[in-house]
Amino acid sequence: MPVSLLWAVDVYGRVYSLSTVGQQWEHCRNTHLEFKRVTAAQQCCWGIGCDNSIYLNVHASDLPVRYQEDTYENQRWNPVGGFSERLLPSDRWQWSDITGLQHQPMASFQLPSSSWEWEGDWFVDENLDGEPTEKEGWTYAMDFPATYTKDKKWNSCVRRRRWLRYRRYKDMDTWAKIPSQQTALPDPFSDISCGGWEISEEPRGRLSLWAVSLQGKVWFREGISHHNPEGSSWVEVPPPGEVVQISCGPGDLVWAVLWEGHLIVREGISRDCPRGTSWAEVESPSPQVGAIHVAVGVNVVWAVTKDNKVWFRRGVNSHNPCGSGWINMVGEMIMINVGLNDQVWAISCEDRLVYFRQGVTSSELSGKTWKAISIPRDGERSHSSASANSQHSAGCFFSSEVRAPSVVSDAELDLEHPPGDVAISNVTFPGPDSFVDAPTNSSSSQPCEVVPDEGEADVLSSNSDVTITGSGGPPDPQWSNVDLEEAQIQNGQTGAVADSVDSCSLSSVATYSLAMEDQYGVDEHPLWAWVSGGGCSVDSHSQLNWFTMLQSVQSMSLSMTPAQTAAWRKQIFEQLSERSKREMDNFRHYEQAIEQSVWVKKGAMQWWRDWKPHKWMDVHFALEQFSGAEGHKDGILFIYYNYYEEKKYLHAFINEVTILVPVLNDSKHTFAIYTPERTKQRWPIRVAAGTELEMYDWLALLSVSCCDSRGIYGSPSKQAIWSITCKGDIFVSEPSSALEAMPYPTPCDQMFWRQVGGHLRLVECNSLGIVWGIGFDHTAWVHTGGYGGGFFQGLASSTDNIYTQTDVKSVYIYENQRWNPVTGYTNRGLPTDRYMWSDASGLRECTKTGTKPPSPQWTWVSDWAVDYSVSGGTDREGWQYAADFPASYHGFKTIKDFVRRRRWARRCKLTTTGPWQEIPPIPLSDVTILPCAAQSSVDTVPVWAISNKGDVLCRLGVTLLTPADLRLLALKYQSALSPSAGDCWYHIPSPAKQKLKQVSVGRTSVYTVDENGNLWYRQGVTPSYPQGSSWEHISNNVRKVSVGPLDQLWIIADKVQGSHSLSCGTVCHRLGVQPMEPKGQSWDYGIGGGWDHITVRGNSMEPPRICLPSMTEPSPRAAHTPPPTAP
Amino acid sequence: MLLHRLVAVSPMLLCACFCLVSFPPNLLQLLLPRVSYLPVVTDKVKKHFLKVMRPEDVEEMWFEYEGTPLKWHYPIGVLFDLHASNTVLPWNITVHFKNFPDQDLLHCPSNSIVEAHFMSSIKEADSLKHKSQVVNDMQKKDHKQLWMGLQNDKFDQFWAMNRKLMEYPTEDGGFRYIPFRIYQTLSDRPFIQKLFRPVSPDCNAHTLGDLLKEMYPDALTNDGEQKRYQVLIHGIEPLLETPLQWLSEHLSHPDNFLHICVVPVPTD
Repeated sequence: MPVSLLWAVDVYGRVYSLSTVGQQWEHCRNTHLEFKRVTAAQQCCWGIGCDNSIYLNVHASDLPVRYQEDTYENQRWNPVGGFSERLLPSDRWQWSDITGLQHQPMASFQLPSSSWEWEGDWFVDENLDGEPTEKEGWTYAMDFPATYTKDKKWNSCVRRRRWLRYRRYKDMDTWAKIPSQQTALPDPFSDISCGGWEISEEPRGRLSLWAVSLQGKVWFREGISHHNPEGSSWVEVPPPGEVVQISCGPGDLVWAVLWEGHLIVREGISRDCPRGTSWAEVESPSPQVGAIHVAVGVNVVWAVTKDNKVWFRRGVNSHNPCGSGWINMVGEMIMINVGLNDQVWAISCEDRLVYFRQGVTSSELSGKTWKAISIPRDGERSHSSASANSQHSAGCFFSSEVRAPSVVSDAELDLEHPPGDVAISNVTFPGPDSFVDAPTNSSSSQPCEVVPDEGEADVLSSNSDVTITGSGGPPDPQWSNVDLEEAQIQNGQTGAVADSVDSCSLSSVATYSLAMEDQYGVDEHPLWAWVSGGGCSVDSHSQLNWFTMLQSVQSMSLSMTPAQTAAWRKQIFEQLSERSKREMDNFRHYEQAIEQSVWVKKGAMQWWRDWKPHKWMDVHFALEQFSGAEGHKDGILFIYYNYYEEKKYLHAFINEVTILVPVLNDSKHTFAIYTPERTKQRWPIRVAAGTELEMYDWLALLSVSCCDSRGIYGSPSKQAIWSITCKGDIFVSEPSSALEAMPYPTPCDQMFWRQVGGHLRLVECNSLGIVWGIGFDHTAWVHTGGYGGGFFQGLASSTDNIYTQTDVKSVYIYENQRWNPVTGYTNRGLPTDRYMWSDASGLRECTKTGTKPPSPQWTWVSDWAVDYSVSGGTDREGWQYAADFPASYHGFKTIKDFVRRRRWARRCKLTTTGPWQEIPPIPLSDVTILPCAAQSSVDTVPVWAISNKGDVLCRLGVTLLTPADLRLLALKYQSALSPSAGDCWYHIPSPAKQKLKQVSVGRTSVYTVDENGNLWYRQGVTPSYPQGSSWEHISNNVRKVSVGPLDQLWIIADKVQGSHSLSCGTVCHRLGVQPMEPKGQSWDYGIGGGWDHITVRGNSMEPPRICLPSMTEPSPRAAHTPPPTAP
Repeated sequence: MLLHRLVAVSPMLLCACFCLVSFPPNLLQLLLPRVSYLPVVTDKVKKHFLKVMRPEDVEEMWFEYEGTPLKWHYPIGVLFDLHASNTVLPWNITVHFKNFPDQDLLHCPSNSIVEAHFMSSIKEADSLKHKSQVVNDMQKKDHKQLWMGLQNDKFDQFWAMNRKLMEYPTEDGGFRYIPFRIYQTLSDRPFIQKLFRPVSPDCNAHTLGDLLKEMYPDALTNDGEQKRYQVLIHGIEPLLETPLQWLSEHLSHPDNFLHICVVPVPTD
């Protein structure tokens, strides 16, 4: 889990954040403001300041917020002066947008707010659809509007070029006020809630922000995305009554509380319509007591009623956003908030602490118990000297609650000390006339000194009057704050007097702040007013350090990083090793007291028998372990079976096993055991255990035995070769120096692979030991240097450096329909048609209910939803049309289309552990790390990556110690697919009619793989001419290629024939690669099938006894290492 | 785990030299695991010496070091630290097959007695640590795995099971009580064992020094005083500020007790 923050506001209006790895609340110091409420997302936090303005705090990250502005310069040729800016009257503007319809001179571009700055001046874009243009960037056409080409022809009468300028959001990590552009500004905001980031991934960083104004209106902020964090404008969404509070979940749930205590639910929220279409009403949990607060997550709704009781709504999901019924929960809370993963945070009514709901899982959404977060705040002691200013203003808006018990006397005081700031706020607030109570309320949050002033009494009393007159109807609607309502309920009996107390309670600042200091001294725990977990990524498995200070002892005992080593621990280690020397080293010739006896583990398993017909048969499985020669442990694996009533067995020596591969599917828990012989046959020993647990037990044990017998312990070396199966399992092999030896390298099928915990789609490394991986969900991960994790336990796993790793992928099914003249499209197909619910091929039936996650490791995390991101496009409902099944589908209906289909996606999630740490924030689709020679002294290298949006990114200065730190430079460039190439971009045409999908570059060789599985070698690449001259076809059936720093060539190949079977996804090694023969001669086949990725870029070990001709000239990559400049 | 490896797997061996009282020149040199028990590891000794013994002279085997009979129910490392910590290695142990000192030693007719003793220690430790909840939740075969791991010197096998005994709820900050025993050479009492929590009431982690201050203040060196005692755990002297919970998790013997030896500082 990456580090994330929980946000909270205390009763003084101070904003604090608590890191998931931290142990104290950090005061958000970069603001002089006090806040009423905050609402957090992972990338930012919104807040309502006490001046009632909305503030935004965008978290600084590696990914800068940059926005590209562009405008087009248009010119027409005329016979006299050539191309000039004189256009025909019928032509477009000289400066326009891409369509030519909009007049866009450079000067018309303004920064949207003071939070932005220009990154540089305008410059010409010298690219046309990824192809470089001439120096000036002009593109030519016959006339406007037309197709533009980069070449000037005889008939090119017009030309245009594109100018670019970047602006950057600069106010990172500070509270920046959202400018109020609109003249008709809504009245002051009283509540705010953000969410909706799961509705759609486009555009990146999209958020829904809902706000409630003092008048009970509901507003929606349009246009918030990564590139426009502030959003563009407010749109009113009229509710059926006066809303006091609103909550928006990460998905499509939005609930609000009405003034009367009912709740309303927004319906019709979807990808196309994030604002929703209508409101539905839900009764308050308790008929007598109305609701005052609601909080929603993805599939949960929690509410608080006016008596502080907590309620959980049953049966809520995106199809039924209203849910089915209320359940009363334990605890009395003043507010509640649902964060990520439906985790619940609340502030207790009794002690004002922040509570975390423990045990909330997807199967038990209501959790188990409330647990207080009782940790200190930073500079806990310093608060006594907090400025009077902050105390006062804080007192303003939370006073009523504290004061409530002594109603009458305070009320009198209030009238004697009217607030001095009422008048001020009268002035500051736009449109206070529209609602008479507004000034009072706004004053509540003005951070002003109290100046008791008789002159203001009139204002106050008039306010009170109004309130009292209005008391026949609903009580003052401005008390949308939970705390204040609470006070109001208590005051209810005292009638009109109490009412007036409420409305002017804010004036009692002076008395109040004194009382405050008495009552809650600085040593008291903080009193919280608001909490938001929307950015806080925890789940029921997370280890949090928040609940007790004693944790520190525990964490000490687990972590072993040298920096933290306490003196006592260092001493123990030193003494232990000294003692071992003393007591053992001179006595190694002594016999061991205990002979390593044979140790046997047995079990009942099933075995996929070797002879036909192949089927699972029950066998006895046994591992015998003993001490082999030279003290290595060794063992033999036995499979005892019956063959026509005759007892037989099959055995494998543990030191011959090359790999153990778990193969989980929904029916059997199996794993495969390979030896070199079995690898040649493409026919492993396949065994199935009764339960998943048993399978992992065996795998862990066998894996340790194999490592023991080969003397392989600890973390993978820097030279290690990494590979990944199509299931996402990660394997690593320690190369011997003979692996690349000439002419007799170690055969590829003898390589020993061991599994490392975690789950990745691809992995890349270099010889400095920097290893990056990318998950199926495009999350980037860096190897922490540990080993084990996952099912490895005990000694097979390092204790530190193991973290929780999650991965998410989508399962797709297709809904197919056929048109008939009577009813239109229906789910009744022809008898010859495919299943109406099927997989992509249509051959297999896949219903919504019958489709399971890919293996038991995966669990569903979302419901089925229409997938619009299908190649070919879809209509608004996600349908794609075609003349018949199977055919090419298009995203619009024509007269000839008789069938249609749409894709449904459901996300599933896998949670495991492994030596990997997340590198937020950019989702990546590919990555490469500059390789280094073994003897190289370089210790920082650039990491190049391609984001899942096709941007080329470079991270500079990556070292082994800080493999994931530092800045990521984002380079907007043409959509590239694989980032192995250098960095002065030359456009290199693909081989004829082939679309390249991957490239890998070694010391002197460049190889690419195209979409049809062909492997190409770039000929004529020299240091002075790195572009090379032409492509040469090497092989087909290639899935991936990896060229190492020694130019060694490894691939993942499909369709490798073994003696028993055929395998797809096989690791292959090119033999005979030499400086004079860089393409090598033949393939040597290693482990497979089911392999999907390999990287040999860490193996820079020169093979023995071979003298390479000196490479005095730098390699093409090295020649271009200076960091690229942004275009 | 790293430390478990350090303590429990490889360097836990201790060199020892066995000689038979009746045939002094007959020596057997062995590496003994510190964390095991003498009867478990001395099969070889017995076999070796039985070859030169007349059957009628063979009674129950016992061991002695410089006149002190060695209690088989103490871990070997404890015996060494207690009696021979500052002597020149190897540790010369004398083997006897006659005149069993009934008043000093328990009889040990077979390894099952050692097993029973070992398991009862584990259960006792767990009753201190977790009110016996963990050990009671284990199955018979789990208990067996603990013992087999120790007996056969298979510490990964042992630790796979022992890990469970070392867990505790994170919010508690440690075990309920620390299972420890403090041994002294100069006392008739076998050892000190009392209830002691890993954490003080004001939530500070107790250290080794805190424990000694309460249990055996003499073992500590006061300011300005000459150091009189060494406090040994596994043959090393941890700093007194080492947290006790950490010691209990990482330097306990397989019987789950933290065995602490207080021995006088050698005078030379």
